[in-house]
Amino acid sequence: MGIGTRFFRPRLVSSTRRRDDGDAALAAARSEQFRLVMLPHLDSAYNFARYLARDATAAEDIVQDAFLRAFRSFDSWRGDSAKSWLLTIVRNCFISSVAARNGGEVVAAAEAVADVDTPESILAARSEAAMLRATIESLPEPFRETLVLRELEELSYKEIAQLTNVPIGTVMSRIARARTMLAELLLSRDEGRRAQS
Amino acid sequence: MSACQDKLLLLHGLVDDELDAANSLAIEAHLKSCPGCSEELARIEAVRRTLAGASLGHRAPDALRNRIDQQLAEAAPRARPLASQRPPEVAPSRWQPAGGAAAIASRGRWASGGAVMGLAASLALVFAMPQLTTTNMQDQLVASHVRSLLANHLVDIPTSNRHVVKPWFNGKIDFAPPVVDLADRGFPLVGGRLDYIDGKTVAAIVYHRRLHSVNLFVRPAEAVLPEVGFTTRHDGYSLVRWSRGGLEFWAVSDIEPAELNQFREAFEARTQA
Repeated sequence: MGIGTRFFRPRLVSSTRRRDDGDAALAAARSEQFRLVMLPHLDSAYNFARYLARDATAAEDIVQDAFLRAFRSFDSWRGDSAKSWLLTIVRNCFISSVAARNGGEVVAAAEAVADVDTPESILAARSEAAMLRATIESLPEPFRETLVLRELEELSYKEIAQLTNVPIGTVMSRIARARTMLAELLLSRDEGRRAQS
Repeated sequence: MSACQDKLLLLHGLVDDELDAANSLAIEAHLKSCPGCSEELARIEAVRRTLAGASLGHRAPDALRNRIDQQLAEAAPRARPLASQRPPEVAPSRWQPAGGAAAIASRGRWASGGAVMGLAASLALVFAMPQLTTTNMQDQLVASHVRSLLANHLVDIPTSNRHVVKPWFNGKIDFAPPVVDLADRGFPLVGGRLDYIDGKTVAAIVYHRRLHSVNLFVRPAEAVLPEVGFTTRHDGYSLVRWSRGGLEFWAVSDIEPAELNQFREAFEARTQA
């Protein structure tokens, strides 16, 4: 290194000998801060992954992968909403897990999962909550993820736009469309129930 | 009767509290004269109520929580060599001198760069000083807030009745925190709790904001503090501080700072009335 480094180093690093200790302490503090900031959002991360993947085991793998990736790139977190930042990583992990399944072919989350749920599986659900969950799962992407981020994770339009990489206007129309679809599904379900009884 | 197609997105924006003042007023005025849009609004709100009424979120299984915990513990030591390989914070390679003349030229730049940075650093110190005293406090507040959520120990006395919460603090602390219900302003009272900040017992009054929790820490003010609110973000959490009647208030939550400021305003308005 040239003169520049010699000129500068004494000011920035007070002692080279103590650097390793300092780094170890820094890494420990960083790890502690990561836990404090990110672990409270574990439920949100799992919930989002679960609605994306519609499978409990897949969701666990995605979240575990996401936390590792988040930890490694924690330096790039700028101190704004930790939840949005973490959920963005969860979404990326989901997309790469789908891509890996499809033999390396990259598929957008929007087309990632074919919609296989039928009204029968919705009707088969026992409790009200299970039935509602199945109804949300039956929504096609990208409406499902937008609805989950808004209604269950309570993110703002702006956060959803950043997270899903689309303009706010698109988020607004997706939310409107998702709620309309959900309202129709719930209505037909209620009518189906009334017809049975 | 159906809603006006051009108003549909505004209706959703209205229930999501995402419209600016002008658009809110415009759509509210329109709703008064348009039964189709009013009907659509009721339908949207019914869907939201259905979703909010059932707990639809999936909780992370404990096994997953443990696995991630372990994974983080294992990943932490591995981060050390990486960290020590990282060059010192300031190492702009493009300024590395290539030869004699360049070295002299760039030494000039280095020196002036150093002076500017030194000046910037001392300016930063001057302006950051008032904040420094509160940083440790903020760490403690955020930690208390997170602990109250993690340990499932949000409240010692769970009640939405302020006439129950207020006397409950009597005899447990040597000051009387004001307790008001703000349910009509979107912040229902959940209960009260004792907490420890700076080695002293403080009152924590807990409110909800939709699915979020707001912890309001109250303690006797140790110095004369400005009564005006001070809003900041810390580790991704929002904090608002203000003081009133010799008491210091800190509201902590993961909602947006602007929203937490609404909480402060609502609380202030109610306690003064």
